[in-house]
Amino acid sequence: MTSNTTLRIATAGSVDDGKSTLIGRLLHDTKTVFEDQLAAVEKASRRYGDGERNLALLTDGLRAEREQGITIDVAHRYFATPRRSFIVADTPGHAQYTRNMVTGASTADVAIVLVDARHGVLEQTRRHAFIASLLGVKAIALAVNKMDLVEWDEGEFDSVAKDLAGYVEALPTPVPVHAFPISALHGDNVVEVSERSPWYAGPSLLEWLEVFDESVVIDSPARLDVQRVIRPQGTDFRGFAGRLAGGSLRVGDTVTVLPSGRSSTVSGIQRFGRDITVANVGQAVTVSLADKIDVARGDVLVAGAELSTELVSGHVCWMIDQPLREGSRYWFKHGTRVGRAIVDAVEYRHDLHTLEPVAADEIGLNDLAMVRLSLSEPIVASPYEVSREGGRLILVDEATNTTAGAVMITVAA
Amino acid sequence: MNATSSPHLESLADEAVTIIREVATECENPVLLFSGGKDSAVLLHLAVLAFAPARLPFPVMHVDTGHNFNEVIEYRDAFVERVGARLIVASVQESIDNGRVVEDPSPRASRNRLQSVTLLDAITEHGFDAVFGGGRRDEDKARAKERILSFRDRHGRWDPRNQRPEPWDLLNARIRKGEQLRAFPLSNWTELDIWQYIASEQIPLPSIYYSHRREVVARDGMLLAVGGPVTLEPGERSSVETVRYRTVGDASCTGAVRSSASTVEEVIAEVSAARITERGATRADDTFSESAMEDRKREGYF
Repeated sequence: MTSNTTLRIATAGSVDDGKSTLIGRLLHDTKTVFEDQLAAVEKASRRYGDGERNLALLTDGLRAEREQGITIDVAHRYFATPRRSFIVADTPGHAQYTRNMVTGASTADVAIVLVDARHGVLEQTRRHAFIASLLGVKAIALAVNKMDLVEWDEGEFDSVAKDLAGYVEALPTPVPVHAFPISALHGDNVVEVSERSPWYAGPSLLEWLEVFDESVVIDSPARLDVQRVIRPQGTDFRGFAGRLAGGSLRVGDTVTVLPSGRSSTVSGIQRFGRDITVANVGQAVTVSLADKIDVARGDVLVAGAELSTELVSGHVCWMIDQPLREGSRYWFKHGTRVGRAIVDAVEYRHDLHTLEPVAADEIGLNDLAMVRLSLSEPIVASPYEVSREGGRLILVDEATNTTAGAVMITVAA
Repeated sequence: MNATSSPHLESLADEAVTIIREVATECENPVLLFSGGKDSAVLLHLAVLAFAPARLPFPVMHVDTGHNFNEVIEYRDAFVERVGARLIVASVQESIDNGRVVEDPSPRASRNRLQSVTLLDAITEHGFDAVFGGGRRDEDKARAKERILSFRDRHGRWDPRNQRPEPWDLLNARIRKGEQLRAFPLSNWTELDIWQYIASEQIPLPSIYYSHRREVVARDGMLLAVGGPVTLEPGERSSVETVRYRTVGDASCTGAVRSSASTVEEVIAEVSAARITERGATRADDTFSESAMEDRKREGYF
């Protein structure tokens, strides 16, 4: 089936496994690279490298990245084929910049995890696969790269594919893994199927991405996290602005305002300033209610039977140097609700190798762990698997205001 | 939206509206940068839709280099009046007159880089804590690295090696007094998306975006309009060409492209087939050095 929806993809994997080169190859071979960009890459290749055209420079756009030949932060690139549009986040492999990988992968439908066929699955490969699965990518495309350097050996490919697939299957939130034998440098099996791997019968990476069905069957009830109350001066209009999550919402539907628990009927819906009768998931709308009840920013309109809570547990990706421990305090943001959070407990830390829970008093930069939080304000929370919008929150460091943790809720008490 | 719309465009518009609402509500004193260019026209259009039927809850600001195309200034004033916004003009000429910046006396100097000082001074003067801009990640390799909500320290500086993580769309707008945020609701739009949205929403643009006859001089691979800040140097000859502008900026460094595209549909066809990026084709300031955009952004530029 041809899809005209946009697919969001993020690269992942260890340093030097060829992520930026792969994205450069995809952009180049889909004729997305403009002549002046290619000329600039060739010039930079002469300056920073051995002169051979380095397609990684298409996304490694910062001076520090070019000087060191590494990726520091996410680059977002856009390309389209006749079949669909793609938004690509090319993320860094260095452990030091895992926070930027989290940023890039958080909105991705598919993570392309690269592995150097010579080195196999490394610690950072595991970390990225773990993070991508926690963040809820719908599939992992395992690109076993540099196949030309292992003589296109089918056994090497199978061994890497089996290793990562087995690892992902054992994760707390497993996702499907599809493996591709590729050479990002030479373009084999990236856009076109290569003759160098006659034993490989599957599609090229791009062919697979073009038909990947990222849509999720939504049967959860609608929710609207209220961003703002829209009140034009001199009129009676009162609308609640937000982006619709869950299912659809119609004029005439009954909704409950949480945490107050008061109910009313939807009397009108606007999108882009125009009246509509039904709003669908993802749409930025303004909803009016039949009754004059108290609704403020941070409240949630729900069509189902959700409740609010101040206690949640979840997986956290920790992204700052200062450790998180029992009793630590942060700001939190969940939907449009901002408040204070206290860590009630660090339940355990995830061991990347054994995947066993490890007792921990505190966790540090790049750790993945299970934590329990008490919040100063009630939120309408759901497990992340059930509702993306209801199941995620960020923790913000009180001292620096930087975003410190990404939390995927597992239990809302 | 009308029949030329698509799920792709609509979802970009939903995303932009959501970002605009979120930043405008979390921050105390935002402002939207409006240059009269196509990206800022789309941004202002979406900002108006975001708060309808209420009025736009923040002012718009133009950093005026004093080297603008007359058509663009007329358009700017008409557009702002039509949507009922309050316009603040921050003038680079005033910054020069006050001695805040010194203009490069060479005949080919551009005022583009001076804009950063004028912008930062205006942000301080008005106490803005968040500034919306129409920057797109597909414009430049440094822009491709930018967050949707980008933190700037008290000096207005961008630190590309130490950006805040930005998981999902949970925008973290917490800052201390004197620090600021730059917000880019059009981050994920491409040049083609912008034009298709302009067609779909019938957004008016300055006439210079469409094909017209103009006296130009070829310089540094660009076709610069003769008159205003650009004067002929010895040995240069001007000619009258059929051109349009792919980007609209300071007239001293924004080049025209030869084009017969006189309608939005013809422009879309032209952009779809383009083999040169819009900045590569039209901005002398960005081709000046490999990291020109990154360097300007570190200084506080958009």
